[in-house]
Amino acid sequence: MRHLLLWVLLLPIFCLSACSLERVKPWERDLLAEQKMQLTPDPIESALDEHIYFSKEASSGGAGVGGGGCGCN
Amino acid sequence: MQLKKPKTIRGALATATCALLGTHVTQPAVAASTLSDWNMNSAVLFYSEQDRVTAIEPVVNVRHALGDDEFVDYKFVVDVLSGASPNGAVPSDVPQTFSGPSGQSSYTVGANKTPLDPTFEDTRLAANVLWEKPRSRNLKTLLGASFSTETDYLSFGGSASMTYDMNNKNTTLTASAALNLDTVSPIGGAPQALSEVSSTSTGGESEGEGEGGGGGGGETKTVTDLLFGVTQILSRQTLTQLNYSVGNSNGYLTDPYKLLSVVQADGSLASGTGSNPYKYLYEKRPDTRTRQSLYWKINHQFTDDVVYLTYRYYWDDWDVKSHTVDLRYRYQLGKHRYLQPHARFYRQTAANFYRYFLVDGEPLPQYASADYRLGDLTTTTFGLLYGVDIDKYSNFNFRVEAMKQSGDSHPAQAVGKLQNYDLFPSVNAIILQASYNYKF
Repeated sequence: MRHLLLWVLLLPIFCLSACSLERVKPWERDLLAEQKMQLTPDPIESALDEHIYFSKEASSGGAGVGGGGCGCN
Repeated sequence: MQLKKPKTIRGALATATCALLGTHVTQPAVAASTLSDWNMNSAVLFYSEQDRVTAIEPVVNVRHALGDDEFVDYKFVVDVLSGASPNGAVPSDVPQTFSGPSGQSSYTVGANKTPLDPTFEDTRLAANVLWEKPRSRNLKTLLGASFSTETDYLSFGGSASMTYDMNNKNTTLTASAALNLDTVSPIGGAPQALSEVSSTSTGGESEGEGEGGGGGGGETKTVTDLLFGVTQILSRQTLTQLNYSVGNSNGYLTDPYKLLSVVQADGSLASGTGSNPYKYLYEKRPDTRTRQSLYWKINHQFTDDVVYLTYRYYWDDWDVKSHTVDLRYRYQLGKHRYLQPHARFYRQTAANFYRYFLVDGEPLPQYASADYRLGDLTTTTFGLLYGVDIDKYSNFNFRVEAMKQSGDSHPAQAVGKLQNYDLFPSVNAIILQASYNYKF
């Protein structure tokens, strides 16, 4: 519950600080459009890593949802 | 010159650009990725633990562009596992014999050795489909379906995500939901939790399990997940994301193949009451679990190099709490080659029902598991990836990583002789992966 409260406090701060930033114009997105600057630049590598750590640790998730279930944990 | 009608607005713009630049359409001046209808990503992963499990996992993902920013992804995974896995029992100064999951085979572990079940072997097949479609200028939906099957496990899943762009597409809000309906069919049937292991069978309390597992019936598990996220462009070179996730698992969450040793006050194995000379109990986990996490990510591009940093704080109602830090640095060796060192650090606290062993004569806890993955645990991973663009349509990369898991080898709870044993032997693994991506 304490963590949920933290999140509720953090989200507006994050949004407010985002709004106060200088906006990047569409014609300034050349670098951000590159594959290496995507949030998940290599989806297969990320999925394989998630699968390894899901099966070897007690924590999982965070980056996204969905994908197949597994009896490995 | 007769031009083919471009399929997408992006294609039309590319064609117009080519016309203005006087470039022939068959040799477009724009990046190949913007004109490709199909994109194939493939990889083979090799994962091997020292003296334990080995996994080989080929993956293929085919992405088909249906129209402007509309895509369908088809993904197929095969996961072949074999090797030895800890069964949860503690080492002892006498040899220990355990029956395999089917009750037909048995294996003996030598004195002073950590009990590993060598019969572990499985093949998992998984398929996923993901449909990504823009609904308006700022709104996009992603709908997914997944299926996976292995000898004793079957899973059906669905997911839905919505992203909304605002602040001139500098900010993106994400909301996602996923549901998985899983069936666990333990080989030999699901054992009665916290019952004593006999040497010939696994108990079989529950109704409906097939003898060989994997058939009809079995135990069920429902997993739901919700995610809310904000992605923010901070500058021309920096992008960040913050996600909050909450998930719930309900149903059969116990590992049917894991045991706990019952020991006497001097640390020696307690005698079994049945045909087994020593006393072991099947583990038992709660049938519900609520998981939450905060996940933060930042990508920053220097002149050419890119740094990727993620941090996750995870907590659940089993009292597992964890911190994960993941750092990658893409070092460009030129325009078409790069090296990417990787470091990951993970630390978790134990689930509140984690026990190294149980002591004979003490009251049985409501839940108990000796699965080391639920104990106090640290994982460190170091790796290096080399990537190269073969041409404008294809690229290749290869990575090598070393992973180590460790915990408290000599816990304060160890009684008598058990103080002399490593009750949490480190797990050392290597990870090799080769990937090939092709646009056509």
